[in-house]
This record gives sequence, structure tokens and C-alpha cells, in this order.
Amino acid sequence: MKTKDRKDRYVDSPIGKYLLIFIALSFLAVMIYIPLMALLQEVIKGGWSTLIGALTDRNFRNACWLTVLTALVAVPLNTVFGLCTAWIIARHRFPGRTFLITLIDLPFSISPVVVGLMLVLLYGRQGWLGGFLEAINFRVIFSLPGIILATAFVSMPFVAREVMPILEEIGKSEEEAAKTLGASGWQTFWYVTVPNIRWGILYGVLLTNARAMGEFGAVSVVSGNIGGKTQTLPLFIEDVYLNYQTAQAFAASIVLALLALVTLVVKELLERRSGYKSKPRIH
Amino acid sequence: MNLYRTAFNSNLRLPLSVPGVFMTVYLIVMLVLPLAALLVKGFSLPPDRFWQIATSKLALATYGINFSLAFLAALTNGVMGTLVAWVLVRYDFPGKKIIDASVDIPFALPTAVAGVVLTAIYSDSGWIGRLFAAQGIRIAFARPGVYLAMTFISLPFVIRTLQPVLNDMEKEVEEVAWSLGASPTVTFWRVIFPPLIPHILTGVALAFSRAVGEFGSVVIIASNLPFEDMIASVLIFQKLEQYDIQGATVIGVVMLTISLLLLFMINLLQKWGSHNED
Repeated sequence: MKTKDRKDRYVDSPIGKYLLIFIALSFLAVMIYIPLMALLQEVIKGGWSTLIGALTDRNFRNACWLTVLTALVAVPLNTVFGLCTAWIIARHRFPGRTFLITLIDLPFSISPVVVGLMLVLLYGRQGWLGGFLEAINFRVIFSLPGIILATAFVSMPFVAREVMPILEEIGKSEEEAAKTLGASGWQTFWYVTVPNIRWGILYGVLLTNARAMGEFGAVSVVSGNIGGKTQTLPLFIEDVYLNYQTAQAFAASIVLALLALVTLVVKELLERRSGYKSKPRIH
Repeated sequence: MNLYRTAFNSNLRLPLSVPGVFMTVYLIVMLVLPLAALLVKGFSLPPDRFWQIATSKLALATYGINFSLAFLAALTNGVMGTLVAWVLVRYDFPGKKIIDASVDIPFALPTAVAGVVLTAIYSDSGWIGRLFAAQGIRIAFARPGVYLAMTFISLPFVIRTLQPVLNDMEKEVEEVAWSLGASPTVTFWRVIFPPLIPHILTGVALAFSRAVGEFGSVVIIASNLPFEDMIASVLIFQKLEQYDIQGATVIGVVMLTISLLLLFMINLLQKWGSHNED
């Protein structure tokens, strides 16, 4: 192992090493582990009946369903978009290519509330399309389409960003070989390209889904936060918490925390499987 | 050369293919139109009116609180993140793999959950908040709570930026310094640390950028009182709730401009970092 011979060489005493480990772990404990343990303790303290009661609550179930429904629309849309974009950027050179790469990253760097504001200015009653939407009696803001648009916006770049570097790395010789042998564009894509980038796609879909199901700010602005109607799971958590229904808030929180945990475990497995690790970015 | 050119000529233009059309339409509908709606609305206001809202007393106080707390959070992560990355790369200890994986929790955990959980332990009756409350220090529903939430959600950036760099570092350089008689401390500060600086700054800038725009966890842990612990995102949200679309738009344009500047700065820092490696 490469790491084995380099460890422990630059700290004289083991005291220094253990001191550094202690400080690092204390920081992580205060910031991450203690808060999560507190969440678990609160849920356990509430007992099974409280948990079951909270999880069968009508507003909670509606919020779950809305969150799943939103992800079911937003994640496939962003996956198709991400694949198209990654392919265009990795396989073509055209003017404005660098600009396109920057543009795609934009949703990561805009505050979610500003994203919500943009959608209100576009689809709201006083917005650009407000009059038109009212005329055809189609509501975007304070209803499901707005929630989906907001969610799709904030989770847009993941698949594109994960797949692009892989496509660039594998090059196009295999695809060209397939074409020479008479494969059509779609055949080449399904039988040659997709098998090469499948881990990247999965990784991107996983991150897209985690972000889509957990989004708060952007959805909060456009949803109107009507309990049981336009309330996603994160909004439900805030709502019940502010109304001092803490047991419900903790129960719903543990559901989303479990989702986060599953996401991390699958991500770890994917990384081990593919030996591929993504770079940190803003969101 | 000419042959090469003709062979690849077909790739020089944006192709009019199904993926190309889908990407363009999707980008315009989902991203460009909303962005344009904000910018056009913002710049259709008379400049003096825009300036008046953007620099009102409340707005200035809000930026001040927002940026100073985000800066403190990014700074904390700069120092502690460097330390954690060092420990995770250089030392072996039991449970290291799980601890390494757990660093991503703040990215994976929805921000509303982070807000609720942090409020629960840092409020006056919470596990840790209780200890501070006894000394008369409020954490949740005050600025320290906002700082904590910002630190939490931006925690992985510095660590995840530094880990690959520390891993790839050529040990020969360190060994030379070491064998020339430099002490471990001198080796660290003179040899190891300087090339890390651009990467630490990149991580800090990423953390800052994320902390500045954070909403979910902050709105839950803060009291959201003006001049106390209200941040810009909350101000925009409240203005929208009061149907002050104009006010919300102005603050929104200001925050968008700042995020774009930060994005530009991060790109420069990343270039600096990769330039050093060559």
C-alpha cells in the first residue's frame, strides 16, 4: 500500500498524531455525529406509537407522495438533459462551448430563494407569462408545476457534470468503430456509449434524486406551502416544527435522514465499484 | 493538417440533432427564461430606485450579517477542514473509512433536516445549547446559530478539495526536506503547506459561496429578526410574502451578481491550483 509507508513520518511523538486525530474527530462529532444522535434519541424518546402516529398522519403522507411525484418527474427530465448535454459538450467543438459549461453550472451557485424568485417573476400573476397562464387557467406558482420547475432547476447540473468527464476520458474511438461497422446513432449510443458511462449516470441520478427530494428554499418560495396540498416533505418538516409539533418534525426528519444515509451508502458502493470519485462543487 | 481539419469539420458546429435540440429547448425554458425574467425586471427599475432599495439600511445590515457569518463559517471550515483532511489522508485509525464517508453527510442531508436537528441541540433546552444558556449565551435563534448552520452545510468542501491533493503530493520533496535536517514542523510549514494554499482557498471560496446562499437550515435555526440574524435569502423571502416584488427583485439581483462574482473567483482559484501542479 502506498499510504502505509508515508504515514506517521512527520510527527515526532504519537502524542501529536493523537492530538490531531482527537481535534478532527471532536469537530466532526460536534458538527455531525452529536446532532444526528440527538435526532435518533428524540425519535426513540417519542416511542413507537408516536412514530407510527406521525408517519400515518394524512399531511405527512401527502407530503411524501408529493416529494416522490416531484422527483419522478424532475429526475428523469434532468437525466435526459444531462446525457444530451454531456454528449454535446464532450463530443463537439463549437463556439460558445465554454460558456455553455458555465451556464450549466449556474444552478449550483444561485441561492435557492433567488431561483424561486425567478420562477415567480416568470410564472407569477404579475410575471411575464402570468396573464397568458391565467387566460388558459393553468397555475404554475402555488401548485405542482411550480414545485417541479423549482426542483428541476436546482438539481439540473448533476448528471451532465458526472457524465461529461467520463465521456471525455473514454474518447470516441469505440463509437467510431461501431459506426464504421454500420451501427445507427441510437445503436451506438445504447450498446457502446451507455455501458461505458453507466456508473457515471447512476452516480448523477443518485445525486439529482437526493437534491430533488431534499430541496427546500426554491420550493418554499413557489409552493405556497399549503398543508396536505403543495407541501413537500422538507416543507412539512419546517411547518410542523414551527408549530411545536416536534415529535412529528423529528419523525419526518428521520425519514429524510434515512434517505440521505441510503444515498451515501449507494454512493460509496458506486465509488468502490467504478473507482470513480466526483469533485466537490457548490451544491 | 488540412486532412485533420476536414475529418473533424463536422464536429465544429453545434449539431442539429435530437440531443442538441432537446438540450437547447430545455436550457432556454428551465434556465435562461427564469434568469432573464429576474434580470429584465431588475434592470427595468429606475437606477436610483434600484440603488435606494439595494442600499437601504435593512438591506445593508442584512448583507453585513450574511457575509460576515458566511465568512466566519468558511474560515472555520478552512482551518478545521484542512486538519480533518490531513488526519484522514496521513493517519490510520479504527473506523477511518466510515468517518471519511460521514464527511458527506452535510451534502446528503436535506437542509430543513439540518436546521431542525441543529436547533434541537443548540436551543436553550438542547444537549449543547443548555450548557451555553447557563452562561447566558444564546446559540439557536441568534447569530451563533446561523453561523453553526452555515458551517454545517459547507463542511465537506475544504476536506473534499484537499484530500486528493494531499494524496497525490510527491513525497520525495518532503523526504528531501526531511533528510536535509528540517524538523517535521518546518517541513510542514515550508514544504507541504505552501502548495496547498490555492486548494485551501478554493475550498474556502466554495464553502463561502454555499454558506452565503444557504436558506433552509438558517431560516429554521434563526429568529429571522431584521438587524439581528436575518440573512439576505430570508429578506427576499419575506419581501415576497409581503408582495413587495420590486424589493425582492432588487435584493435578488444583488445576490445573483455576488454569486456570479464568487463563481468567477472560484474558477480563477482552481486555475491557480492546477497551474501550480504543472
